[in-house]
Amino acid sequence: MRQQAYPRLGEKVSRRTLSNGLEVVVVEKPLYAKSYAFFAARYGGMDLRFRLGGQWQDTPAGIAHFLEHKMFDTETGSVSEAFAKNGAVDNAFTSAAMTAYFFQCTDKFYENLRLLLECVSIPYFTKESVDKEQGIIAQEIQETEDDPDWQVYEGLMECLYAVSPVRIPVAGSVESIRRITPQTLYDCHRAFYTPSNMILVCVGSMDPDQVAAEAEAILPKEGGEAIERDYGAGEGRAPARREKRRVMEVSSPMFLAGCKCRAQETGEGRLRQSIVGDLACDVLFGESSPLYTRLYEEGAVNSSLGGNFDQLPGAAYLYVGGEAKEPERVFEAIIRQARRLGEEGIGEAFYQQVRRAAYGRMIRSLNSFENIAVSMAEGNFQQFDYYRFPEIFDTITKGDVEAFLREEIVPDHAAISLILPAGGPAIG
Amino acid sequence: MTRETIGGNICFTYIPSEKFKTGFFSAQMALPLTAEAAGRNALLVNVLSRGTARCPDIEALGRELDLLYGARLDPTVRKKGENQLFGFVASCVDDRFLGGEERLLEPLTALMGEMLCAPALEDGRLRSGYVAGERANLADLIRSTINDKRSYAARRLLEELCAGEPYGLSRLGTVRDVEAITAEDLDRHYRDVLPRARLELFYCGSAPQDRVREAFSAAFAALPRRGALEPVETLCHPLPEQCRTVTEEMDVAQGKLCIGYTTDSEDRMATRLMNSMFGGSATSKLFTNVREKLSLCYYAGSTYHRSKGIITVSAGIEQENYRKTLDEINRQLEAMASGRWEDWELEAARTSLLSGLRTMEDSAGALEDYAMNRAVTGAESLEELRTGLMEVTPERVRAAAAALRIDTIYFLKGKEAQ
Repeated sequence: MRQQAYPRLGEKVSRRTLSNGLEVVVVEKPLYAKSYAFFAARYGGMDLRFRLGGQWQDTPAGIAHFLEHKMFDTETGSVSEAFAKNGAVDNAFTSAAMTAYFFQCTDKFYENLRLLLECVSIPYFTKESVDKEQGIIAQEIQETEDDPDWQVYEGLMECLYAVSPVRIPVAGSVESIRRITPQTLYDCHRAFYTPSNMILVCVGSMDPDQVAAEAEAILPKEGGEAIERDYGAGEGRAPARREKRRVMEVSSPMFLAGCKCRAQETGEGRLRQSIVGDLACDVLFGESSPLYTRLYEEGAVNSSLGGNFDQLPGAAYLYVGGEAKEPERVFEAIIRQARRLGEEGIGEAFYQQVRRAAYGRMIRSLNSFENIAVSMAEGNFQQFDYYRFPEIFDTITKGDVEAFLREEIVPDHAAISLILPAGGPAIG
Repeated sequence: MTRETIGGNICFTYIPSEKFKTGFFSAQMALPLTAEAAGRNALLVNVLSRGTARCPDIEALGRELDLLYGARLDPTVRKKGENQLFGFVASCVDDRFLGGEERLLEPLTALMGEMLCAPALEDGRLRSGYVAGERANLADLIRSTINDKRSYAARRLLEELCAGEPYGLSRLGTVRDVEAITAEDLDRHYRDVLPRARLELFYCGSAPQDRVREAFSAAFAALPRRGALEPVETLCHPLPEQCRTVTEEMDVAQGKLCIGYTTDSEDRMATRLMNSMFGGSATSKLFTNVREKLSLCYYAGSTYHRSKGIITVSAGIEQENYRKTLDEINRQLEAMASGRWEDWELEAARTSLLSGLRTMEDSAGALEDYAMNRAVTGAESLEELRTGLMEVTPERVRAAAAALRIDTIYFLKGKEAQ
């Protein structure tokens, strides 16, 4: 294993690419009681259409998430039981571009690591268990239908994107998951759960060489075929629609508005763009920004106002939302402020202050093993080293943030998703 | 973990740790939870968070925190047993990652002290504009608890189960109470409660104890101290005479079934373990049977409210599965009481709770919550918990399950359901 020190972060990381293509990363955290392992595939809710063996395949919405639910089933029962016997807590998630399986434990790390590697690499699906899972996931989808935070997000994605699969909910729909069979699950597992399409990140005081040896012994010797993915061509900068409204049992109006931004190529530029986008959010509507202060003091927003800059394969967007009596007015004020700052410039003292805070927040996020693992995996899939963020930070200027505001936060690329209370106050 | 008195009714808990990137601070006023004061305390801490004499508005506060490398300083309101805790938690990046001579600990603790002792005033009183703004925000926040149906249903169950007891109160008060608070009321309340309530201070991080003690002492030197309003002992919920059912209708796709059980046992360690086996994990009776085997729901779990002697169960279900799910949950409890479980279930629950105690030491926030709980409700020490859990026998687990009495059922159902 090749070890690298990051003195500005006080971190040490060992890395190796195995002969089957699996990337193994071990982040040293010697003082912690817990150990953590995170095994992820570059496969998420967006990967519905892909080419394998020369053949284009279309799969039902929600399949990556469905597969995630079924991977903890093994021929001898649920692997969660085996983790629990070792005192380990296991879990998994599926996002738009990643499926991840992880556990945390205080004892028997290597035993748990073997369990994780085995259950994720050896598929076992039966007609009966797939049918049952359809019931469970249908309940999960129904719960998201009652969840305003979820609905307002799905609404914005539908507005911003016309063809990109970003607009399709990761869990799919009750209808789409009915089309999933054991065979479709086996096919997708074979296509995406290959060592060369995956990463193993461990955080704690484990021995990097032993981690690599365990992975080598359990996982296939062959890496797997490169997969071509179709995220929909011709997605322009204009949103598919400007607005979506939904009435729900909520106490006050909620909104999530966003601007469709240019998607970056893979590589370090992507990490840089993500920092620039986050800084743009901070100067625009962050808790110390003049606009936030004004809107808060007027009572136009409360402390729920917040947002971020997100990048996905072939897609990028900046979003902002929260509760507001008059959401459209709040979003207009934000767009106007972006134009003003983009044209007149950000005050130097204010920029330095916000920059310092953003840097502190990135250091702080290294308290979380899950944040570390997700960032390492995203970096690997998108070809950058996340731990180089202090050096990238040094290269970003006020002009970069101003240019971002000027070019990306414009009315032509904006849309708004609204949740309105049933029988509640009218919206202005 | 050490706890010492550093002033009149001011206690300081200190936990040294080198592992975090940040230092974690807390300053909490601890006092009995009452219907009269709950809303006032919640409003007070939010008004205080709007500004201090030196940083009088959120922009000035934001600048101060930004310059401390994105330090966080957030108002908190919590319920611990039948006590209310309100105050501030704060954290900042450890000096060693700043590569210079900068010290963030002293200015951040000073700002915490100013928040409580030197608020932004007008004519010598809390600013009426801030009171009005935060009153509206707090009322909105209380109303918004309806947005998350899972936690809304869980809270409604507690309200019904512990009606008439402080534990049934919301930590934030009610919309009606909050909307009735005037700026004069709140200013009077501030001057009344500040000198009397106990102040609990907490730090976890790499700075030496003397440095933190000194910084805290300086920061809270201006805190007036008169009289003593001590946290109270939480009373166990009385056993039910019969089971009560409360049903509420709302336009929702998924029903929420919540059940409250009261315990007749004083064996807290065994009840804790039993709860973990019953509904406390992904291998529990409820999760594996109600969710996995019968597909009756998306989630099903249980929570042990140690100080109150109750266990609450929560499940998200299809409306028409109400009876079936309720019966199945009770059947699983009966299985616990009659010993229809395997040895590994007990051992897995025990291992998981013991492992949870160790990993708590990996989170400064979790340590703070535990330390505050211990300070006001007399929860067991980590060592007592460890040895106590080791000693629980299968017989004690069965007895703890048999000691549960079904008390109150709350069902949130969709309007179309029959």
